[in-house]
Amino acid sequence: MSLDVDIKHRQGAFTLQARFHSQGRLTALFGRSGAGKTTLVNAIGGLIRPSEGRIAVNGRPLLDTSRGIDVPVHRRRIGYVFQEGRLFPHLTVRQNLLFGRWFTPRKERSADFGTMVALLGIEHLLDRRPPTLSGGEKQRVAIGRALLADPQLLLMDEPLASLDDDRKAEIYPYIERLRDEGQVPIVLVSHSVPEIARLATSVVVLSEGRVAAIGAAAEVLRHTDLFASHGPMEAGTLVETRVLRHEDEFALTVLETRAGPLTVPRIGLPVGASLRVRIRARDVILSLERPLSMSALNVLPGSVVSLDASGGPGADVMLDCGGESLVARITRKSAEDLRLAPGVRVHAIVKSVAMDSDVVSQAPRVDGAA
Amino acid sequence: MTLSLKVAIAAMVGSLVPGIAVAMLLARGRFFGRQFLDAVVHLPLILPPVVVGYLLLLTFGRRAPVGAFLAEHFGIVFAFRWTGAALACAVMGFPLLVRAVRLSVEAVDRRLEQAGETLGAGPVWVFFLVTLPLILPGILAGMVLSFARAMGEFGATITFVSNIPGETQTLPTAIYTFTQVPGGEGGALRLTLVSIVLSLMALWGSELFARRLQRRLAA
Repeated sequence: MSLDVDIKHRQGAFTLQARFHSQGRLTALFGRSGAGKTTLVNAIGGLIRPSEGRIAVNGRPLLDTSRGIDVPVHRRRIGYVFQEGRLFPHLTVRQNLLFGRWFTPRKERSADFGTMVALLGIEHLLDRRPPTLSGGEKQRVAIGRALLADPQLLLMDEPLASLDDDRKAEIYPYIERLRDEGQVPIVLVSHSVPEIARLATSVVVLSEGRVAAIGAAAEVLRHTDLFASHGPMEAGTLVETRVLRHEDEFALTVLETRAGPLTVPRIGLPVGASLRVRIRARDVILSLERPLSMSALNVLPGSVVSLDASGGPGADVMLDCGGESLVARITRKSAEDLRLAPGVRVHAIVKSVAMDSDVVSQAPRVDGAA
Repeated sequence: MTLSLKVAIAAMVGSLVPGIAVAMLLARGRFFGRQFLDAVVHLPLILPPVVVGYLLLLTFGRRAPVGAFLAEHFGIVFAFRWTGAALACAVMGFPLLVRAVRLSVEAVDRRLEQAGETLGAGPVWVFFLVTLPLILPGILAGMVLSFARAMGEFGATITFVSNIPGETQTLPTAIYTFTQVPGGEGGALRLTLVSIVLSLMALWGSELFARRLQRRLAA
């Protein structure tokens, strides 16, 4: 799958000028509100017409203002999961799910109703009507409805923004399964770093209508400055790990990373399972000597790669711990006291309890990653 | 009395499709002359009914341009026939129908129509599968109003098609006739009761239907 976008759109005083190419299984569009994320997905879906530019999915042009191409929404074959669900109130859940099927050419129908309903866990809702569903149930039905129309691409505009954390946690596993088992590539709009760290394979960062960064999720999330608008606290690095063993008496799990063993609160996955852990820059403490008699369980030896201390009280220290990249957010004062500079050997200390379910998630299968 | 029902139902059904079309146009359309169309649609509400009836006679009368054309080419005659009474009632009820439908069209969440399009439905399918079911309560309310107006229509009917027993004599004109002859009070009272019962039944039936619809949409 490939998505090519190169558009310019003026809306009052705001100009969106975005150009990117993505092949990820789940591409996240990230940025603060007003950065142009929704405008961008609306342009891909055809709900707005950009002033000029090109959009192509799998090489099929959907928009090309220079050649006068503008495929109407209902012929684009792009699924759209809206922030508010937008289920049809006059139809049952089953009728909602089957709505798009009518309009899909018979030979292109590949999504199976029963499989999809089981995958999303909505079997028991089929005869209900949308107004009686909870927020999480509505969004699952909306996802199923979009996918049963057999789209070439699935757009999701902050589908979880209106849900509380419990409901989000209820839906994440379904999106992970779609990403790993589904046939349809996904473009997800989000302004939540934990959400992107958990779900994305590639990330496009938008800022004031422009593409500020693009790349594989692990790559993009390392740059703390991109997330300045969300507070320096959310930046961090993604580390791919495997479950090494469980320590049941302490309710802990030990993960294997290239930097060394990492102890985290007990995870309900079998030994050997792949995991993705986001280590937040704010959860990392640096020490020059290997600390003794200390409560933190994770001490990862490494060396300083670079130092970013441009203004303010804080400094970002990029580390290389046995081939794994980490970022530590410390004060500029500490950086000077410790005389940190590229090449200096340090120990990174990570509190185990900081590794809650917010930062630990199932790793996407590598084959489709960008 | 059956004639009166026939006239009212024909007026209601006949004005349904044009009524919905004009309501959609007024609610959604952005075109030159929209204000003018709005004014024309509302005219029967403001003009004296006799004036509307006379205008109809001028247009659809047997020797009038449109009336002569229709009679010659399609064999449709309105003047002094029950169809003329239905036409008069339809025209008089039209603004009420359009108003009710238009209000419900304006209340439709257009984002639902957008969602329908992303699922592959073209504009026509979106109208029939999304918009129409959502404005059904408004259409129903408009139909009841237009039916009630038709049952009560007097001025335009009597001016356009006169008061011919068995052909164009509707309930109101029959009541009028009874009150004009000595000893007709009994007949007038009987027809008045019939009129009240019919109107109440229409209102009650539509309430029932509307409530069921409402429950389906908001359950």
